[in-house]
Amino acid sequence: MDWGQILVSGILAMVGPITAGYALSAIGLNLQFGYSGLLNFGHVAFMLVGAYGVGITVQAGGPLWLGIAVGVGAAALLGLLLGIPTLRLRADYFAITSIAVAEVIRLVVRSSSAAPVTGGVFGIQRFANDFYALNPFSATTLYGSGPLVITGRTLWLMVVGWALVLLAILFVRRLINSPWGRVLKAIREDEDATSSLGKHVFAYKLQALMIGGAIAGLAGILFALDQQNIHPDNYQTAITFQLYVMVILGGAGTIWGPLLGGALFSFIFFSTDALFARLQANVDWIGQLLTPAEAGLIKYILVGVVLMLLMAFRPQGLLGRSGEGRVGDS
Amino acid sequence: MKVVSAIPELEIRQQPGIAKPDPAIVIDGLRRAFGGLLAVNIDHLEIQRNTITSIIGPNGAGKTTLFNLLTGFDHPDKGGCSLHGNVVVGIPAHQVAQRGMVRTFQLTKVLPRLTVLENMLVAAKVQPGATLRGALLGGWQGAERRNEEQARDLLERFGLTHMSDEYAGRLSGGQRKLLEMARALMVEPTVIMLDEPTAGVNPVLVQSLVEHVIGLRESGMTVVFVEHDMDVVQSISDWVVVLAEGQVIAEGPPSAIARNPAVIEAYLGKYRAEDGQ
Repeated sequence: MDWGQILVSGILAMVGPITAGYALSAIGLNLQFGYSGLLNFGHVAFMLVGAYGVGITVQAGGPLWLGIAVGVGAAALLGLLLGIPTLRLRADYFAITSIAVAEVIRLVVRSSSAAPVTGGVFGIQRFANDFYALNPFSATTLYGSGPLVITGRTLWLMVVGWALVLLAILFVRRLINSPWGRVLKAIREDEDATSSLGKHVFAYKLQALMIGGAIAGLAGILFALDQQNIHPDNYQTAITFQLYVMVILGGAGTIWGPLLGGALFSFIFFSTDALFARLQANVDWIGQLLTPAEAGLIKYILVGVVLMLLMAFRPQGLLGRSGEGRVGDS
Repeated sequence: MKVVSAIPELEIRQQPGIAKPDPAIVIDGLRRAFGGLLAVNIDHLEIQRNTITSIIGPNGAGKTTLFNLLTGFDHPDKGGCSLHGNVVVGIPAHQVAQRGMVRTFQLTKVLPRLTVLENMLVAAKVQPGATLRGALLGGWQGAERRNEEQARDLLERFGLTHMSDEYAGRLSGGQRKLLEMARALMVEPTVIMLDEPTAGVNPVLVQSLVEHVIGLRESGMTVVFVEHDMDVVQSISDWVVVLAEGQVIAEGPPSAIARNPAVIEAYLGKYRAEDGQ
């Protein structure tokens, strides 16, 4: 058993571009769910819209920067369209509508009638060339030392991804520490009380949904650039709930929570994946007990267990202020 | 606990819907039905400026519905209401508050995971940083300092200074009522509507709450409140409006209302009312 190798796969995943994309998307979700109390169960749709915005624009002959602008803009627009009819309703209706909208968008995009634009089940490829043309690192050179090495291609994605994460955190922090952010938190606590104090609750919720959606759109673009492939089935509802796990793990309604939660989630997820793959292959009785496919599912069970322990012992998340998770039960 | 009324000289005929010399709120033909039940059905009602007017009535009389209609939390089927001549019925709740009529809730609504001071600052009337544009541009710190000063003064007045940095969720029931009242004042209202301010509060704190309500009138506000505690109603109201089955059945100064046969009938039934005479 090579424990070092297991640790290495966990660490590489934790600092890799995928984690940066997850963290970025979680930052958007945290603005909606953690600060505004919006139960957005369709968050993955914003990522899908962002990715397809890039893919379709570039495919139509537009430059990459325009595609990114279109993707982010389309994600914000989705927030507007989803929010106008639903944000006046109670929180649970919004939750139901958002999950349905996300699935509808995915199925429409993957349908054969949309194929001329979206590529249907084949998705969109060859849109990221401009991005990799800007890569200042040598794409095939290995960077790093010892077992912790990555290619120049991955390094470029990491630099861009984590820079975006940092910018998004600074942006959200500026908003949340302003009186505008305080109103969002007030809405999370009690909508009626906030509107009785002269605040237009609907407008604030719509703004939060759109900004959080735009950040998720950017995250979707990052994923697409990493995979160089936009496929509808990469935007399943499960992604939304993994993002919820990250936000809650790190601490909903904290500035750095989504980043910490995203990194920790990736580490647990990928290191246990590597651990059980090796255990299955090398330890006889585990190999007899589990097929390789079953061993691959253990990581989901562990994430669930971690989340349950967290809810039982630290409901405010790792970065939440102590006691915050339980105040206001009365 | 007897307090001299602000309008002892008012020689108004105690007849439902009678005109007042200087009304802050005028209600006209206000109707709200829930299915077959006509919850509020008020032909005309005026509330005198700078007085404490209590609205009483048996359970289901339509008091809370009336409150919701006046403050934009519900909309009438017909009719309207004006505040200092401006229409306030049929517009959303936040606009009612911006026009100077602020309410509290029967079941107190503090913002539990915000500190007491933050609860106050959310309500601040002037704060350019409360818009998205203002928050991004910055430059709201000056307004914040002024609001914080105002908030600390109010917390001092309501005896909550020592709790300023605690989460509001940690306050006791009575402290929540005080915070809700103080927070409403941050909006700088001209009319404050209190929905059962003493419900579920211990008797010692009731006394303190009552003094604060009187303080509101003394600082120039019009106070309207729904209350079940008749001792409180008798001691601080300048005027009492009695609702039953959605209609105004009587209004007048508190001493006269207690003797009004229509009121006794509404509360205790027709037989007892006749028996009492």
